[in-house]
Amino acid sequence: MSDASLSLPVRWRLRWNLGDGRLPLYCGLAIVLGWGLLALLAPWIAPFDPLQQNGELRLVAPNLAHPFGTDNFGRDILSRVIWGARIDLQMALIGVIFPFLLGTCIGAISGYVGGRLDTLCMRLIDIVLAFPFLVLMLAIMAILGPGLSSFYIAMALVGWVSYARLIRSQILVLKESDFALAAKSLGFSHRRILFGHLMPNALFSSVVFCMSDAVLVLLNGAAVSYLGLGVQPPTAEWGTMVAEGQSFITSAWWICTFPGLAVVTLAMGFSLLADGVAERLGDRS
Amino acid sequence: MNTALLRVEDLSVIAPGDGRDIAVVDRLSFSLGEGEILGLVGESGSGKTMACRALMRLLPSPRLRLEGTAVHLAGHNLLQLDDAAMRRMRGRELGMIFQNPSSHLDPLMRIGEQIAEGIRLHQGASRREARAEAIEVLRQVGIPDPQSRVDNYPHEFSGGMRQRAMIAVALGCNPRVLIADEPTTALDVTVQAQILRLLLDLRDRRGLSMILISHDLGVVAQTCDSIAVMYAGRLCEHGSKAQVLARPQHPYSAGLLACHPAAQSSQRLMNTIGGQPPLLGAMPEGCRFGPRCAQASAVCREHLPELRETEPGHRLACHTPLLVGECS
Repeated sequence: MSDASLSLPVRWRLRWNLGDGRLPLYCGLAIVLGWGLLALLAPWIAPFDPLQQNGELRLVAPNLAHPFGTDNFGRDILSRVIWGARIDLQMALIGVIFPFLLGTCIGAISGYVGGRLDTLCMRLIDIVLAFPFLVLMLAIMAILGPGLSSFYIAMALVGWVSYARLIRSQILVLKESDFALAAKSLGFSHRRILFGHLMPNALFSSVVFCMSDAVLVLLNGAAVSYLGLGVQPPTAEWGTMVAEGQSFITSAWWICTFPGLAVVTLAMGFSLLADGVAERLGDRS
Repeated sequence: MNTALLRVEDLSVIAPGDGRDIAVVDRLSFSLGEGEILGLVGESGSGKTMACRALMRLLPSPRLRLEGTAVHLAGHNLLQLDDAAMRRMRGRELGMIFQNPSSHLDPLMRIGEQIAEGIRLHQGASRREARAEAIEVLRQVGIPDPQSRVDNYPHEFSGGMRQRAMIAVALGCNPRVLIADEPTTALDVTVQAQILRLLLDLRDRRGLSMILISHDLGVVAQTCDSIAVMYAGRLCEHGSKAQVLARPQHPYSAGLLACHPAAQSSQRLMNTIGGQPPLLGAMPEGCRFGPRCAQASAVCREHLPELRETEPGHRLACHTPLLVGECS
């Protein structure tokens, strides 16, 4: 009995040791998972239907029945923010995965093969980078037409360059490494060496970049929706909500503020997660 | 040594230079019998490693060119195989282990998986069979408790164990010839002795032929059956261990032997061979060792000595060989 009471504080101290990147990791994880949970359980948690309009409850300031107030169509902002998490998380996720896959494959092959293919890829990346990010995205989306799917396509077409450059630089170093030579001396094929041995070693920085890229993608998605090219009203999406609320910013501040805060917290969550993962992975290697 | 398993004929590695090409490895030829251990010795930069990379056809730069008559191994001429066929030879017929075991193992892959990968590729074994085989190979190379060690990552192994693991990775593919590029240089002396004993043991049990690259004559004397001495990309002398160590005929071999600490009397200073090996771009006319050689005569300065057989099983490239018993 006395033993247990003595050892308990020590265990707690060890378990909750928040050094070496654990604090940002856990905080970021908590925020992102929290939003994920909200998004998942939206139909049960949200107090009202996010699309239901109510002519009698327009622009109601935050109160007990509507903690975040209502917008100019009388829709409950809290419900819309919760439902909006579904769309925004999906945007952040898919908007990262496609550029990641595309960029990683192109960058890895370009770095490993080298020579003319590498030069070609690098010039292509230079061309994409020569345009401001958002301008290029808007141009592609304008061609494809507004909507979520064209956002994903535009994101993949523009976003892959950062991943390609990142992974290429790693592969360039790793392909000259000793264990790559050892793998060659065992008679492994190029594909096996590149994807089986070099890639796992090169992915560290890309995975970290992924997390911080999710922030940018989220903000981009919100920005694009704000500009009217992404998610179309009346779907609940944070960027769109901010855009809709801006004309009432002086009279009804809550319409813009709460979706804006939602974007900020989720983005912070991803940033913290990226920091934490970077520090933890940095420890290992 | 009756049947040659590996026969190398006039293997050269050419580096294209400005105007004229430079032979980094110059017309190397030797043969290796079944179960024979050949020691390849020479100073740093004498082309030992390059020669072995050339055997594997894994030259460090695409600008280097491989030339030669033939490298016969297992009924194939390695120089005429296409890339895919050469890949099948690597690992299965010709294995290689390296100097620095820490950096030659994939840091993110479990030891067992690294061994099993080669086994699955070359022997077509299933995942489960390959794992069992990997454990068996680990036991053969003397890793204690291989059942649990098989799931360790390289960073959980000590230096000597990593070297054993690397040998196990190469052995998993069951090669007939193992090229060991300074396998003990990164290890301390006790571990070094263990690894050498392991290599000898593997030779006895598996009939493995080996090319052991080293600049440590002590290592070579302990393990090898025959010794080839290289200088500036050329073979100077090649013969049985007893012949080369006891009665070196090339002044360079004799010089190397005289530099070994064990060969010294009670002198304070270590013996050295004066001068530096020639730069690749500025090879001297005539014998490449000529400028550093005490025996050099006029003919040495004009004509490059070719490798010729002086007595059965002993080859020498020198115009002015040392007489038996004489030591510089």
